[in-house]
Amino acid sequence: MTQAPDHAPKMARASLAHRVAPWLPLALVPVLAVLGLAAIPSLSSWLTLTISGLAMGMMIFIMASGLTLVFGLMDVINFGHGAFVSVGAFVGVTVLLMLGPMTGAPSLALNLAALLVAVIGAMLATGLMGWAFERAIVRPVYGHHLKQILVTMGGLIVAEQLIIVLWGPEEIYIARPEALKGAITFAGAALEKYRLVAVAVGLAVFLAMRLVLRRTRIGLIVRAGVQNGEMVQALGYRLRLVFVGVFMAGSALAGLGGVMWGLYQEVITAQMGNQAMILIFIVVIIGGLGSVEGCFIGALLVGLLQNYVAFLEPKAALISNIGLMVAILMWRPMGMIPVVKAK
Amino acid sequence: MSEPMLRLEGVFTNIAQYHILRGVDLEVPRGRVSMLLGRNGVGKTTTLRTVIGHWRAHGGRITLDGQDITAMPTPAIARAGVGFVPEDMGIFADLTVEENMVLAAVSGPIDSARLDWVFSAFPPLKTFWKSAAGNLSGGQKQMLSIARAMIEKRRLYLIDEPTKGLAPAIVATMARALRELKADGASILLVEQNFAVAKALGDTASVMDDGRVVWSGAMAELGRDADLQERLMGLSMEAR
Ligand SMILES: Nc1ncnc2c1ncn2[C@@H]1O[C@H](COP(=O)(O)OP(=O)(O)OP(=O)(O)O)[C@@H](O)[C@H]1O
Ligand SMILES: [Mg+2]
Repeated sequence: MTQAPDHAPKMARASLAHRVAPWLPLALVPVLAVLGLAAIPSLSSWLTLTISGLAMGMMIFIMASGLTLVFGLMDVINFGHGAFVSVGAFVGVTVLLMLGPMTGAPSLALNLAALLVAVIGAMLATGLMGWAFERAIVRPVYGHHLKQILVTMGGLIVAEQLIIVLWGPEEIYIARPEALKGAITFAGAALEKYRLVAVAVGLAVFLAMRLVLRRTRIGLIVRAGVQNGEMVQALGYRLRLVFVGVFMAGSALAGLGGVMWGLYQEVITAQMGNQAMILIFIVVIIGGLGSVEGCFIGALLVGLLQNYVAFLEPKAALISNIGLMVAILMWRPMGMIPVVKAK
Repeated sequence: MSEPMLRLEGVFTNIAQYHILRGVDLEVPRGRVSMLLGRNGVGKTTTLRTVIGHWRAHGGRITLDGQDITAMPTPAIARAGVGFVPEDMGIFADLTVEENMVLAAVSGPIDSARLDWVFSAFPPLKTFWKSAAGNLSGGQKQMLSIARAMIEKRRLYLIDEPTKGLAPAIVATMARALRELKADGASILLVEQNFAVAKALGDTASVMDDGRVVWSGAMAELGRDADLQERLMGLSMEAR
């Protein structure tokens, strides 16, 4: 076959609207920021709130990113995901407290080193816990949504009680490392250093995840598996093994999010993961189940909205996020970046 | 007669409470194209899905080149050298054509000579190499689905209705590609509703009815015998 085939390749030129559509959700973030600017009287308050909203969004993203992939890959609804947030926070904070001299020293390098050790400890613990959780709790209920909800909620309760057994029922207060305390002043606005670090870490996690998902074979398998797991297996890949890996990575990220969230609030409780689950679920749903990009954008929207509204009308903060969810689902019922599912 | 590439002996498959396959006996001889024919809903797709392991056989035995694969998990069956082109094509729509192909080459980087061969069979895939597979036309998606199976040499190809809903020109492209695949030494189990294509490609044929194989023999024999076709498949004159 040498000559051009009679069905010469043609692809309907995608209309402009069609090509822009996938990027629309991303544009919502600056749109929301501009709306915030219009509603908030002072530029410096707006800047402070925006950074704080982005920081919060990044942390929610880190906590939620694993959950969206777990759902997308194996259709598993995990109400126990918050357990990893709490456990991560307790392990991380415990390590930080043990490294008191390092966090107390006024040296950024020492502080960051202590933080790194704490984060690695928390991620190892929650990653392993994820492995056990998948084996003991999730695996027996594959394919049964109601059982998944019940059993994973049970897992969450057990985890919370274990935290209370190990660390006691009181909340633990934790000071941020010395060099991350306080704020820098920029354009008349006070920007907390810790929030800037949180934004940087969140961005780094997002970019790393994107890189893995786009540029590695394992990432390709995960993306393909979210769309059509059966076909991935028919090509010869052991999706179950990949899923366990994703579950562990997602749990470890939730653990990382827990440490960051704990330091952000400067207090940790056994219930903090459970409390974060409302926002995490909102973000996963509005992003589009299984979509890491959607989860990222959704988290930023939720973080920004929460902060703007809390400033303007404190009582309406949580309601505003539920309103956001309703609005987005009316616009795109499958979420902002819906995953194309087979069948 | 050497061991066939694929053999099903008395295979039973239930889906939920339904008994869909009720004792399927089937052989795909080495290096041959075996047609799997029959009316709608008789169990052709179910047979292919049972071979690849998407459904579990509840009874009977499936052997690939003599090796029992009845209870093997799907990925292991695939790695044993079975390429699968499902009825719905199973394209990863959010991935590019390239990414679909990279994934399909399970044993490592794509062999460039083999890729050239695939491109020569399906030129549009080269043109749209970097495009999202979801944006391909129906015919191009079907090409991609077959190309994914072709990109590595497999011992057996299971192909479910590759010409479904395609324009005649593309049907010819598919037929040409499958003939080349056969010339490459592959054994193929092919479900095909287009009887002209079946006649042109098939060496042997098995006709199913109600979850069983009710006739098997040479495709040429079936192709000649109008009464047999009428009786087995209810083919009317025009369909031939
Ligand atoms: N997931 C399922 N659940 C219940 N019944 C099913 C399922 N899949 C197939 N069946 C039933 O099994 C029978 C055989 O279906 P199958 O798809 O194997 O037929 P087929 O020969 O491939 O038909 P066609 O030519 O229309 O593709 C049909 O009666 C169908 O309704
Ligand atoms: Mg079928």
